[in-house]
Amino acid sequence: MIELTGLEKRFGDHLVLKGINLSMREGSVTALIGPSGGGKSTLLRCINLLEIPTAGSLQVGGEKISFQPGTRPPRADVQKIRRQTGMVFQNFQLFPHRTAIENVMEGLLTVLKWPRERARQRAMELLTKVGMAEKADAWPSTLSGGQQQRVAIARALAPSPRVLLCDEPTSALDPELSGEVVEVLGQLAREGTTMVMATHDLRLAARVAEEVIVLDDGQVVEKGASKTIFSEPQRERTKRFIATLTSESASFGG
Amino acid sequence: MPDWLQLMWNSLGSLLWAALIYTVPLTLLSFVLGLIVGLACAVIRLFGPKPLVLLVRFYVWVIRGTPLLVQLFVIFYGLPSIGVTLDAFTAGLIGFTVNVGAYTSEILRAVLSAVPKGQWEASYSIGMTWSQAMRRTIIPQAARIAVPPLSNSFISLVKDTSLAAAITVPELFQAAQRIVAATYEPLVLYIEAALIYLVISSVLSSLQQRLEVRFGQYGGFLEARA
Repeated sequence: MIELTGLEKRFGDHLVLKGINLSMREGSVTALIGPSGGGKSTLLRCINLLEIPTAGSLQVGGEKISFQPGTRPPRADVQKIRRQTGMVFQNFQLFPHRTAIENVMEGLLTVLKWPRERARQRAMELLTKVGMAEKADAWPSTLSGGQQQRVAIARALAPSPRVLLCDEPTSALDPELSGEVVEVLGQLAREGTTMVMATHDLRLAARVAEEVIVLDDGQVVEKGASKTIFSEPQRERTKRFIATLTSESASFGG
Repeated sequence: MPDWLQLMWNSLGSLLWAALIYTVPLTLLSFVLGLIVGLACAVIRLFGPKPLVLLVRFYVWVIRGTPLLVQLFVIFYGLPSIGVTLDAFTAGLIGFTVNVGAYTSEILRAVLSAVPKGQWEASYSIGMTWSQAMRRTIIPQAARIAVPPLSNSFISLVKDTSLAAAITVPELFQAAQRIVAATYEPLVLYIEAALIYLVISSVLSSLQQRLEVRFGQYGGFLEARA
């Protein structure tokens, strides 16, 4: 489903991802955890090409693309990969000039050129799914963070991507609001949505993800089923990292 | 009716006529064309290749650094000596367009870059191309914050068109000058012309307020919100 081979990302002199090899099955839910600056977000952003990797190759669904240092891949190829993916951002990034339902319809109208009525119908179904149907005509600025994030999830799902990428989807939310987002993501996971999420939120990683990948200093340092990683991490560094997460979430009351 | 009021009344028709067929079209046309030039320049400044960026910076530097009146004189009186002869209205139109383009390019560059980078990324993430993101996400949000500074430019432009009198365009101010030449009543006529400019500017200001309300409907995303 998703295949990363020798994926490398360099910002100037700084090598942020050092040859990542990973594969994720269809229907799997993977959490990327690890210390800040370890490369989680960059890895996620390389999967939908918001960052262009400097070397290696990437396959999402049926689309494959390889990268060479100093050359940008053809736009059409980038576009093909992006259409296989949906993304949820830490700060929601809803379009402030469009209502909730217009946000969800936007990709369908502008990119997929669906007729308005059909797009509205699909958007309404998705808003219902994330529990936001009643707020369909609200402006984003009038919604709480948790509500905005749920609309953003509906927007990302609208064009039926093969994989949903979530970049710290609960980090900007207090524990109560993040609870509603975790619930929605958990429901999507149970329905078989393929997801990859970068997160600091143990609750999210432990409850929703079945696979956990620990990234540190641009490398995969540990991976496995979420149950085993959290209960018996192999490396001392991972142990310490998970301990800090647990104490953090305890202190936030989550 | 006192004489001065009688004079104002008698000359009102020809002043309004001059405003209607010269001042207003000159303002509207050069503003619309200037905005197109300005938008193109702003996009080049933000996303264009280096040589074009330098060219645009040169253009803005020259236009902002020289008086508008001098620019109009160069176009209308200067260019004929290298074989480019323009009628007064066209020369004015070009001069004002070039001037508006330089100033608004700076405004548009600022408002386009004020839209958060995350909005580009959100647009790309749902599959939009660069031009779709620009058209559907960035420009609508930039337009909202552009209303006050662009209104400033527009209102300045209305008044600046009076400079076209100096290159023989028979617009509002020149119409007033002609009547002064015949009646020797500069105070009355020039105040009358000033009042007409004031009315036009006031109408535009209220239009600006209406635009701001219209764009403001989607809530206070510009205000700090928790």
